Amino acid sequence: MEQQNIYQPYLMEIEKITEEAPMVKTFRLKFKNEEEGNNFSFHTGQFGEYSVFGEGEVTFCVASPHTRKGYIECTFREAGRVTSELASLNEGDTIGFRGPYGNIFPIDDWKGKSLLFIAGGIALPPMRSVIWSCLDKRDQFKDITILYGAKSVADLVYKDELAEWKERPDVRLVTTVDPGGETPDWKGEVGFVPTILDRMTPISENTIAIVCGPPVMIKFTFPILEKYGFADEQVYTTLENRMKCGLGKCGRCNVGKVFVCKDGPVFTRTQLKELPDEY
Amino acid sequence: MEKQLKILKYSDLSKLIEKFRSQGFPVLAPVRKGKVVEIEQVQSLDEIALDVLLSTQSAKKAAFPKVEKVLEYTLEKSGTKQFPVDPADYKETILFGVRPCDASGFKSLDAIFGEEPKDQFYLEKKGKSTIISFSCPVADEYCFCTSVGGGPGNTAGSDLQFTGISKDEILVEILTEKGEKLAATFSDLLTDAGKDIDKSKFLADVKVVFDVDGVVEKTTASFNNTALWLEQSLRCIGCGACAFVCPTCACFDFQDEQNTKKGVRLRLWDSCGFSLFTLHTSGHNPREVQSQRWRQRIMHKFAYMPEQLHVVGCEGCGRCSRACPVDMNIKEHLTAIAQI
Repeated sequence: MEQQNIYQPYLMEIEKITEEAPMVKTFRLKFKNEEEGNNFSFHTGQFGEYSVFGEGEVTFCVASPHTRKGYIECTFREAGRVTSELASLNEGDTIGFRGPYGNIFPIDDWKGKSLLFIAGGIALPPMRSVIWSCLDKRDQFKDITILYGAKSVADLVYKDELAEWKERPDVRLVTTVDPGGETPDWKGEVGFVPTILDRMTPISENTIAIVCGPPVMIKFTFPILEKYGFADEQVYTTLENRMKCGLGKCGRCNVGKVFVCKDGPVFTRTQLKELPDEY
Repeated sequence: MEKQLKILKYSDLSKLIEKFRSQGFPVLAPVRKGKVVEIEQVQSLDEIALDVLLSTQSAKKAAFPKVEKVLEYTLEKSGTKQFPVDPADYKETILFGVRPCDASGFKSLDAIFGEEPKDQFYLEKKGKSTIISFSCPVADEYCFCTSVGGGPGNTAGSDLQFTGISKDEILVEILTEKGEKLAATFSDLLTDAGKDIDKSKFLADVKVVFDVDGVVEKTTASFNNTALWLEQSLRCIGCGACAFVCPTCACFDFQDEQNTKKGVRLRLWDSCGFSLFTLHTSGHNPREVQSQRWRQRIMHKFAYMPEQLHVVGCEGCGRCSRACPVDMNIKEHLTAIAQI
């Protein structure tokens, strides 16, 4: 009997490419083998290893919601060797995908609560999966608030979806850009994410806060949440470390004894506080 | 199974290798290559360096090679096609003349690669390897197997163990069913041994230098002991030699190699001692300085693995100390941790 090769990716066709921002693209990927696609499922928060054959693999979250079947999406910034190669591909080209890996955002546990999403820059993609997964079950949650900031107006990703969320009466969207990043016709806020959050005076009662962003944003956002009474168990975030296997074997993504690939990438702030400073 | 004891004549060792070869088994054994001793495929006994204390590299490559193919693909106009690399495509192999620390080193690898989801590349090769270890009549100052639960006559991980008990005779311990199956193929070379052979008389005396449970406990509590890790690693140049000779180190990397038409994805040994190991594309590195990388090496083996996989990731072979170009000695470092 042929044994399973855990490092063998699914073959995916790039069905659609969307330019999100300078150097940032979204790929919609379709399983080349229909049966594999039908058998595939994942949960929001999980990630995968995307491969450009000949260059290697790169780790991103699945940016599409798990409530939508038949395809997955990833959004990435052209930054290193593999992402640069990935960015040079065209619709119809083939890439590899291994996954889904890692733990999930426990959105079923959040039923009946209000949700406060706080994202910065290229960290909206992992959160976008959670946002849509929750919006697709909108009646299960109370208030949904999204605070999203980027360096400049051009750097905001998912502009169409931001417009859609802005229009929805059941979502409160606040967008902001760093001082100096605004354009003359910018109608959103100007200021760093923690500053804007403070100005929003968030209500912590019966609310879950989900925070994804660059380390410096997270560092200054946590104290603001604390100020408004968010307990550590109410605050979720994701960690990202360099990975190769995604399966807890290759030995590089651990933070102390915790493997980000297997035990994460989703952590509550309570869990985060127990981790040593190694991320 | 109950251990069986047999006697084999030294003068029949050559016939033994011939028997293995004639049955088509590849035989991997320590072979002198200039100044180093490699574990390599041999055709006859005279190639085997049975007199060396330890091969330069461990025996792990029999199941976890330095470089191995995990994927093959073609790049075609009509779209990429990939071909499964069938891990089941390996031969029954005999690992001959390795040391007890090599044989027991596989238990760390078994734990890492055997954990779900199972790594069949390793498990297939390991499953098809029969390990004949030779107990150690001598040891050197780098050896500390007895401090980490092993010993010069430790049989854990071996299918058969050979111990020289006189100028002419080898005591053969048949330890597993796999070993029994192999021994049946050379039963004509074996005679029954008396039950009262005291093997320990023929083994090296390796003194216990620290209490491993104490080291595990203290390592686990020492993550934030920055001064300790800094002091121990001041000399470390991050060359990774320790990981490459280690029988239990399992960290790996993937690299693709290809021409315009086809390619392979390779799995290669890697080391937590390398500065690039954890470097993010952004430039951020969670283990920015060498002391953090040294801490990871020690904590992985003596804190994380014992807690999560119930195995200490060290066999006390001392290869890392012998290979270290700046003369770091793990036995001394662990002894220092035990004395905290």
